[in-house]
Amino acid sequence: MAVNAPAAPAAPGTPPGEITRIRRQWGSLLWTAVRTPRGAIGLGLTSFVVLVAVIGPFVAPYAQDALLTFPFGRPSAQYLLGGDEYGRDVLSRVLDGGWLLLIMAACATALGIAGGAAAGMSAAYLRGRSDGIIMRTVDVILAFPQLVFALLLLSLLGPKLWLITIAVGFSHAPQVARVIRSATLDITERDFVKAAELQGMRPARVMVREILPNLVSPLMVEAGLRLTYSIVIISGLAFLGFGQAPPASNWGLMINENRIGLTLNPWAVIVPAALIALLTIGTNTFTDAFARVTIGVDRRPEEAALIDDLGQGTQ
Amino acid sequence: MAVAAAPARRAAFRDAHPIVHLVRRRLAIGVVTLILVSVVVFLATEVLPGNAAIAILGRNANPVRLRAVELQLHLNRGLLDQYWIWISNLFTGNLGQSLANGQSVWSNVEPRLVNSAVLVFATGLIGSVLGVALGAIAALRKDGWFDHVVSVVVLAVTSLPEFVVAIGLIILLSTVVWHLLPAVSLLPPGTYAWSQPNLLVLPVATLVIVIVPYILRMMRAAMVEALESDYVEMARLKGTPEWRIVLVHALPNAIAPTIQVIGLNFLYLAGGIVVVEYVFNFPGIGQGLVYAVDDRDVPVIQFIVVALAAFYVVVNIITDVIALLATPRRRISR
Repeated sequence: MAVNAPAAPAAPGTPPGEITRIRRQWGSLLWTAVRTPRGAIGLGLTSFVVLVAVIGPFVAPYAQDALLTFPFGRPSAQYLLGGDEYGRDVLSRVLDGGWLLLIMAACATALGIAGGAAAGMSAAYLRGRSDGIIMRTVDVILAFPQLVFALLLLSLLGPKLWLITIAVGFSHAPQVARVIRSATLDITERDFVKAAELQGMRPARVMVREILPNLVSPLMVEAGLRLTYSIVIISGLAFLGFGQAPPASNWGLMINENRIGLTLNPWAVIVPAALIALLTIGTNTFTDAFARVTIGVDRRPEEAALIDDLGQGTQ
Repeated sequence: MAVAAAPARRAAFRDAHPIVHLVRRRLAIGVVTLILVSVVVFLATEVLPGNAAIAILGRNANPVRLRAVELQLHLNRGLLDQYWIWISNLFTGNLGQSLANGQSVWSNVEPRLVNSAVLVFATGLIGSVLGVALGAIAALRKDGWFDHVVSVVVLAVTSLPEFVVAIGLIILLSTVVWHLLPAVSLLPPGTYAWSQPNLLVLPVATLVIVIVPYILRMMRAAMVEALESDYVEMARLKGTPEWRIVLVHALPNAIAPTIQVIGLNFLYLAGGIVVVEYVFNFPGIGQGLVYAVDDRDVPVIQFIVVALAAFYVVVNIITDVIALLATPRRRISR
């Protein structure tokens, strides 16, 4: 997708004020979503976990890798959440173990949305052979469960963090492409697209300047959903041992390391698990609130696409 | 007349019945997808990292050993030859040997396949029934207390990673709070799951909790849509009893998109079993995949990944066809 198309002075079909007006529109949509009960709860939960992960490393009472107490030692005044399998301070490790997950999840989501939106828009707008090739590719990638796809790549190149991020982002792309394709199909029939085409605008430019601004709400809903799934998959991989290597503190890894001591010090498992749960519940709840504000009460984009697919009877 | 017969027959073939036509098309796409999947797995495992033998043995491998592994993987042949050998071996059941323990891949994987199949189908069956029933009830009592409770619970649960659900169940049912069920299965690999059915409870429960919300939400959305449709309005105006409206008019139309979501959840299960089997030490292919990835056991990885992808493609075709057959307006030949 030619995002770097030179910005011509008087772009046909797009008045100068258009872009800022659209941007203000998302802002107000986001604000409307925040003011709903669900939106407020979602944002609150997400912010809480993000704060713990970001500020945590600076306020941790001990070094995350120092051997301080007994293995699976009970919580005490000195070690508020007790010790882990080697007697390291659980609180310090929890505070230190979240920020990398957040960065990786955000990057994977951005990659998946960018790739999926480019593919989906091109498929719907260019139609014909491009559509066929793109959607067949999507079918093939979709045949691999996301986690299995990531494991396949990791088994070959080793558990490198950048590779995990790219693999997860790449595995999001086909699902984003499907949703964006179905959203784009409606827009390509509108008059302003036809008008731009008649003015001789190149396809790449039509997609970026005319179609993309109209896809902002489905894209933002998708971004929220994919962020949730990124967190789920990346923390799951860490849990399976394909993430940061053992001395590191990482919520997923901590749950796996400390579950043998569940009966001795359950907090070493409960706290990181609860933080991951609160984070995914938060992002998902906020996404739901936003989807309700923009798309409608009961229709998630992927479900709407399915109902339309079957209901409209186009063969 | 004879000249006109051929196009007529072709036209008859094309217009046979829209369902037949669509099913044929779905099958063709499915076969093509499967072939492409096998090519992707082949390219990814045998070609992408340069040399799979080095990937397995490490950079400082003994040259003799390296040569032996290269021969075992047929890395000395051309690309097309390699693919041909690989795919024909896959079809004839000659899957080669596990690089980790030298046993044949099939004897390694077969009991795991059976165990995972038991897990997936038990989960799919229980989850689908629960999801459809709860979704239909939520739609019928739209905006009632049940609907509200369900929608909040669904929202929370759809976002939870499966290992968090699994750990939650372990804490609740088998370690910290109560001690009702075994926390991990102690089945050695190579045994079948039904020898100790209580080991299935927690893995199945975890996966059911994860898939039910999706099915429920779809069923609710489709059912609400169906209940507000013109044909239900028409039936109401004719004085059709409410139970008949729900069961005969609304349900068949709502079930079609739900079947597709159930199909998607079977796909999800193909991935979800990986983490859940690992958590509960359940000897299925998901756990096998994690171990194989840990050992870089390429033949085992190849087989399990292709098996999971093939499972998805087949389930996808089946659900598409069932959904088509289940959509009343699609049954009419035009």
